[in-house]
Amino acid sequence: MAEKVLEIRDLHVTFDTPSGPLEAVRGIDLDVSSGELLGVVGESGSGKSVTFLATMGLLPARARVTGSVMLSGQQLIGASAKQLRSVRGRLLSMIFQDPLSALNPVHRIGDQIGEMLRSHQNLSTHEAAKRAIELLDIVGIPQPSDRARQYPHEFSGGMRQRVVIAIAIANNPKVLIADEPTTALDVTVQAQILEVIERVQERFGTAVVLITHDLGVIARVADRVNVMYAGRNVEQGTIDSLFDHPSHPYTRGLLASLPRPGKQRLKPITGFPPNMLNPPSGCAFHTRCEYAGDICKGELPNLVSFGDLETACVRARELPKSESFA
Amino acid sequence: MSENLLSVTNLVKNFELRVNNGARRKKRIVQAVTNVSFHVGRGQTLGLVGESGSGKTTVGRCILRLIEPTSGTVEFEGQDLGALNFEELRALRRKMQIVFQDPFASLDPKMTIGASISEPLIVQNVPGDHTDKVIELLELVGLSADHAQRFPHEFSGGQRQRIGVARALALNPALIVLDEPVSALDVSIQAGVINLFEDLQARLGMSYIFIAHDLSVVRHIADRVAVMYLGKIVEIGEQQDVYEHPTHPYTKALLSAVPLPDPKTERSRHRIMLEGDVPSPVNPPSGCRFRTRCWKAQDVCAQEEPMLTIRPSGQMSACHFPES
Repeated sequence: MAEKVLEIRDLHVTFDTPSGPLEAVRGIDLDVSSGELLGVVGESGSGKSVTFLATMGLLPARARVTGSVMLSGQQLIGASAKQLRSVRGRLLSMIFQDPLSALNPVHRIGDQIGEMLRSHQNLSTHEAAKRAIELLDIVGIPQPSDRARQYPHEFSGGMRQRVVIAIAIANNPKVLIADEPTTALDVTVQAQILEVIERVQERFGTAVVLITHDLGVIARVADRVNVMYAGRNVEQGTIDSLFDHPSHPYTRGLLASLPRPGKQRLKPITGFPPNMLNPPSGCAFHTRCEYAGDICKGELPNLVSFGDLETACVRARELPKSESFA
Repeated sequence: MSENLLSVTNLVKNFELRVNNGARRKKRIVQAVTNVSFHVGRGQTLGLVGESGSGKTTVGRCILRLIEPTSGTVEFEGQDLGALNFEELRALRRKMQIVFQDPFASLDPKMTIGASISEPLIVQNVPGDHTDKVIELLELVGLSADHAQRFPHEFSGGQRQRIGVARALALNPALIVLDEPVSALDVSIQAGVINLFEDLQARLGMSYIFIAHDLSVVRHIADRVAVMYLGKIVEIGEQQDVYEHPTHPYTKALLSAVPLPDPKTERSRHRIMLEGDVPSPVNPPSGCRFRTRCWKAQDVCAQEEPMLTIRPSGQMSACHFPES
């Protein structure tokens, strides 16, 4: 069993808004082990990004964060700014959807990678520059020594995302969090970036958390997957189990709503995602769930082992067997 | 084969780009669309797919003459749109509508939904009170009559897209250009909007040009598919032929790059990894525009531009060394 590098327990995040408190994350438990690729899937507003921004300590001060986030034995919730600065970029890195806003337009690429290296390691400028070129090579940028002297605007979208990955892995972090890293990219470039992420993970044994709304991306690269809905985990397990026999009605609904070869009619999930200012009582999905009963309105379900999956549905045992999407 | 509603022949759109280079000003030409030809039958759906910069949106806008094409002809119901004056074009526009990608930007936040939906009727001088028509349209797209008094901010993305569709339907168009109509929507909502497009077509018989980068969605909805790369159509044909037997290397690579929501297939699939990015349309490669990323490219690809040629599986593709 691989070492658990990131353990999130009972994480809650609440924002104060003019319309009252909004609880974006409502009790998340999640483990990530070294060398694994965990996919986190959910729709907009499900809390998937906020969970990991809280993990990184990147939320604005008006966000109230409670619970526990342990990174290799170190508690990150409530840690001082200084402690967080020493962790971010060294043990824990994050990359985002838009690589251009993650890079400084007036500094050379090589210097930006070097800055990350030198802020955590005792390296000379020369050593950092040399290491930066190696990193560009690792993420698959051709002619790395020439490219290191260029500026972000001279790179295409895919190449910029590679640079951002190079910065994120510069100090060989234990966990790399990738928040929709390929959403802004074309599909042929997406394939290249996913390959870079997989290569990094295999070569350095980095644990990767890949946040996405695309179940195809999950099926391609993830080992395990965590499905989020309305700030809660609703289901988690290996991708094979989850695609083969999803048990939570939301997971089933998501998988059934995707277009697949053949002309069968699509099955949308009825209704809308909940308003998080006033989420439904009990299981937040009950308003859209075809199997919902009265019990679902009262009880907030927790993840319970169900076969080889963990499912947060009080009626999971009574539901008819799901069709397989594998 | 049904009669053609729309025929596009040798459509070209060049944009001029002014580059300020210190004191010197240079003009450069962006070749957004180059010699694109296709037709759309009545009641049919043509899918237009391609990566960013492939020119698919420009084609859609040139058809409606929202932007003026540089050259080429667009014939709608046998009439050449380029030969019409402003009044004639305006009259014909009733029959051609567009639905945009961003459901948040395409509705006026200060207008009620009812006012937004009836605006095309007012613009086209349709006489009478439009209240009943608005209610009929709202119900047609799966909303209810009392939504007419509300404002855009009260609706979710999926509902707004339905409102955009209701507005496009107001004048009973024969053709609707759908420009990335579901890409801003969440997966669970997407399916409902796609079903709506199918239902409306079955009921009202209009044609669609469905522009999207999501190949799975286009496969689901389109009868015929055109694959674009750097302003040109590289492959066009029946949906099934193109998806099951792609003959252009780019189509093949594009299809193999799409991740499918099925882990077993994903593991066993042979993937073609394309190197690099799409070149700039300011200075596209000579000959075949795909040759710089193509694993089959030979000298001839740089010298001679391949023409769209009919293949044994039925579709047409532009390649000197087609896949079989």
